[in-house]
Amino acid sequence: MDSLELMMDTVSQWTIPWVMLMIVVWAAYKRVPMYESFVTGAKEGFTVAVTIIPYLVAILFVIKVFIASGVFEDLKIIFGWMMDQVGLGAYRESLDLLPLALTRPLTGGGARGVLLEIFDSHGPDSFLGKTATLMMGSTETTFYILTVYYGSIQVKKIRHTLPACLIADIVGIFTAVFLGYFLFG
Amino acid sequence: MLNKIWFWLLLIGIVYGFGKAAWNSFSPSPAPAAVESTVDEEAAKGPTSGRDNRNLKEMGKDINAAALDAAQLSVTICIGLIGIMALWLGLLNIARDAGLVDALARLLSPMMRWLFPEVPDGHPAQGAMLMNISANILGLDNAATPMGLKAMQELQTLNPQKDTASNSMAMFLAINTSNVTIVPFTIIGYRVLKGSADPAGPLAGIILTTTVTTIVAIIAVRMLQKLPRYAATESVVSPREDS
Repeated sequence: MDSLELMMDTVSQWTIPWVMLMIVVWAAYKRVPMYESFVTGAKEGFTVAVTIIPYLVAILFVIKVFIASGVFEDLKIIFGWMMDQVGLGAYRESLDLLPLALTRPLTGGGARGVLLEIFDSHGPDSFLGKTATLMMGSTETTFYILTVYYGSIQVKKIRHTLPACLIADIVGIFTAVFLGYFLFG
Repeated sequence: MLNKIWFWLLLIGIVYGFGKAAWNSFSPSPAPAAVESTVDEEAAKGPTSGRDNRNLKEMGKDINAAALDAAQLSVTICIGLIGIMALWLGLLNIARDAGLVDALARLLSPMMRWLFPEVPDGHPAQGAMLMNISANILGLDNAATPMGLKAMQELQTLNPQKDTASNSMAMFLAINTSNVTIVPFTIIGYRVLKGSADPAGPLAGIILTTTVTTIVAIIAVRMLQKLPRYAATESVVSPREDS
């Protein structure tokens, strides 16, 4: 497995340099004045990045305050109690994944912390560790992405984007747990 | 929608934090205190870190710190983004001038036409979206964001209402946040870090799950965009008709 890991890591490290090389060689073949072209494109970078700031402050601010209040931890206790009441106590173990499921759409850094903690306390090869991997790998930091992407073009009314993305996230989380029980349970 | 979520997140965060800390401070449970929960921005969440015994003062401090941290973190993220954005937008511009992006777009245009009917063939938005999706599939996060933002700008040129999301934007972001990926290098990296015997073991599971989420995302966008409450305008004109 070590060699496979090494190979994949090597491939991933070389993807970007090869893409860069391909672009430049193709441009040379097409006789594009590439230095000028690069600078023209790069100029936009600053404006776009700075435009995002207010949107990002707005969303990260409420998310961080929300998480700092410790709501998630107590939700886990409440859900555990509810599962016991309806006779699903046997699946209680999967509740350790709840903090991950809830933080994942909100913050990338937070979710990473939760994932590493699950790995620490249960081991990466345990049922929970593997299921958490599925969850982490199949969803994204939805709120962050929507904020940054819409913020960069100053769209404020995002219509059905958020519900659609959250539906996908929820389905992803349940699929991960289901597959987790099916594959590793 | 976002307005409501914003309000409720903040309200719940502050009220719940206050209530919980007040309970911790005044309930008869024996002597917590002592353990000072220090706030370092990432760990400020602490949802899995044992029993939470913060008293009123500590909770107030944590929530304050969380708010200020968030503000600073946002600027740090954006400043960090400037360089990466410039690099990739520069390279992307070369690729476009060389006709590389168009070639890729032409190759995959049937799929793009189906997903984004409002984007005409050969429009720069197609190329930029494809580059973003490809970067995501390959797990190149740093490259994906600049190309994605470029794609949003291009989509904005087709958008009749500049402060409102178009159907194509919603579709693009739904696909984006469903995390299309083939090799999630970073997650495998974490598994290696924590001493997994089989770091790439759940790979097939990840691909399966992420395929499901992507399909669900596409279906969800298609269904929801028809609902009147998510219509682009109060007027009857749908944005699709004038493109």
